[in-house]
Amino acid sequence: MLSMQNVAKIYRTDTVETHALREFSMDVGEGEFVAVTGPSGSGKTTFLNIAGLLETFDNGTYSLDGKDVSGLNDAHRSNVRNEKIGFIFQSFNLIPDLNVFDNVDVPLRYRGFKGADRRRRIEGVLETVGLGSRSKHLPSQLSGGQQQRVAIARALAGQPRFLLADEPTGNLDSQMAASVMALLTEINQTGTTIIMVTHDPSLAQQATRNIFVRDGQVSEDNQLQPLPDAATA
Amino acid sequence: MFQYYIKLGWLSILRNPVLSLLMVMAIALGIGACMTVLTVNYMMSSNPIPHKSDQLFHVQVDSWDANGFEEGDDPVNQMTYLDATALMKAKKAFRQTASARTGLVLEPDKEDERPFLVDVRTTHADFFPMFDLPFQYGSGWDSSADDALEQVVVLSREINERVFGGEDSVGRRLTLSGVNYRVVGVVDTWSPILKFYDVTNGAFNEPEDLYIPFSLMVANEMTRNGNTNCWKEPEMEGYEGFLAGECVWIQFWAELRSNAEKDEYMTFLNAYAEQQKALGRFPRPLNNRLNNVMEWMEDQEVVEEDARVMMWLALLFLLVCLLNTIGLLLAKFLGKSGDIGLRRALGATKGTLFTQHLIESGMIGLAGGLVGLLFTWLGLQGVQKLFGEFIQNFTSLDWVMMVTALGLAIVSALLAGLYPTWRACNIAPASQLKTQ
Repeated sequence: MLSMQNVAKIYRTDTVETHALREFSMDVGEGEFVAVTGPSGSGKTTFLNIAGLLETFDNGTYSLDGKDVSGLNDAHRSNVRNEKIGFIFQSFNLIPDLNVFDNVDVPLRYRGFKGADRRRRIEGVLETVGLGSRSKHLPSQLSGGQQQRVAIARALAGQPRFLLADEPTGNLDSQMAASVMALLTEINQTGTTIIMVTHDPSLAQQATRNIFVRDGQVSEDNQLQPLPDAATA
Repeated sequence: MFQYYIKLGWLSILRNPVLSLLMVMAIALGIGACMTVLTVNYMMSSNPIPHKSDQLFHVQVDSWDANGFEEGDDPVNQMTYLDATALMKAKKAFRQTASARTGLVLEPDKEDERPFLVDVRTTHADFFPMFDLPFQYGSGWDSSADDALEQVVVLSREINERVFGGEDSVGRRLTLSGVNYRVVGVVDTWSPILKFYDVTNGAFNEPEDLYIPFSLMVANEMTRNGNTNCWKEPEMEGYEGFLAGECVWIQFWAELRSNAEKDEYMTFLNAYAEQQKALGRFPRPLNNRLNNVMEWMEDQEVVEEDARVMMWLALLFLLVCLLNTIGLLLAKFLGKSGDIGLRRALGATKGTLFTQHLIESGMIGLAGGLVGLLFTWLGLQGVQKLFGEFIQNFTSLDWVMMVTALGLAIVSALLAGLYPTWRACNIAPASQLKTQ
């Protein structure tokens, strides 16, 4: 489903070259729940940005859903992001002056869905994350956990092939973090592939596979639980 | 999506109300200044008699001195008495009128009212139908009155109100500088944008108070209130000598309904000029002209150079305001980097975001245009206060200028928004998502 081979990413300034990823290779199958861990500066977020087509890379190949996405232009990358990838961020990244309904609506608008279809999807995902009754609330009227649930709903609304989560519980207390993790696990069990970057080993243990990144390369790759049926099929 | 962008634009405007207000005010000030000057210029340049301006021709026959003449020089802009009389007698146009401005003393019948000076146009019967003067009472005089030296007068509405209390005064008598006149008509409110029929006496002045036959001016040896230019001393003394001399002081207009009539009339003018040459007049080469109303306004540079310079200055002021708006928009859009980065991550293309932010710029422009219209109105009131009532005709906003103001504001804001929008759309999304 996701395959990166020998990907390199170098950040350059006038005086310094920083190799964020070097010969980075990883394959993620459908339905996996992969936790990516590693020390600060190891390249986790760079990997996630490249996986989410938010950044380009200098070398290597990247194919998504069986298609090489290395050479896509900006507009095509946007379309792939919109249709196939859902993002969940540490700081939720909700738009403060849009209510819950309208926040979830954002990617659907860019997808070009009709009004009735959008409404059905939004109401469906809000029910899934347990916020069906809060659709008219502004983000500021919700707790951190609820805001992250809205972000998850937004990521799920377009029924993406996989979710990319960057420290999804980093801004939450342990109770809320547990509830968000439970939700992600539930989503994964319905067949959605999840790649989650985290610092927290206990959260990483809840994934089906752990990848440890060091110095811009995969240094460990542990299968914690057997792959779900969809991935092994 | 357009409605969605409008909604997003509105929310964005509300998110930074002070910044948005500053932008609206910057555009409004530019539009206000620009449109105030543009409106005055536009009104000055507009057609004073649009329905027939292409059928009314100012007639020029060049009777002027050959000394100093160069190829391409314009003929004199007024006519001698000799030529005006000859052209009137010839009656070669569908309608024609010679006219001049004079001043008389109106002596009211009421004992408690003192005599006062009135502005008078001496003209011919065709003047009224040619220039479509609206009548409140009665009408103009017949052409027979021109020839018969009938003491008839047409009043303006204001004079009729002042002297006769606004009632139907047709048939009443009026004393002007000791001579008794019979009222034959009262002109209704008539205030053409330009006093096109006599730009030599101030193109922006109001029409005269009264109209009397041109023949009476000559018969009664009335003085002229206007420009008189002579290129050689009259050969005879007195008023008769002046009339027979090479002095130009009369405005001559002809109504010609088609190109054929115009060509025919020009042939007639040229033949007349040749005839005069044979008689020892018209020393210059043939140089006769027929200009319709708008051509004549252009030729006489009714909209002065100063006004044009003012217009360019106002446009420069708008440009300065737009540069400020660019800075403010840049600050606003770059302040939304997080929002833009997020939308990019969620699938918005650069083009989508470009459209969204241009629409927001357009909304700010529209708001600036609306406030700018208010400033324009205030500016025009100020111009009127400063220059007095004679400029009243040029200080009104018609729908064309309103639409122009809004259009100019929106286009200006869109142009101002191009660079900030482009910058905003090129924000790298990844750099914003961690920091939001």
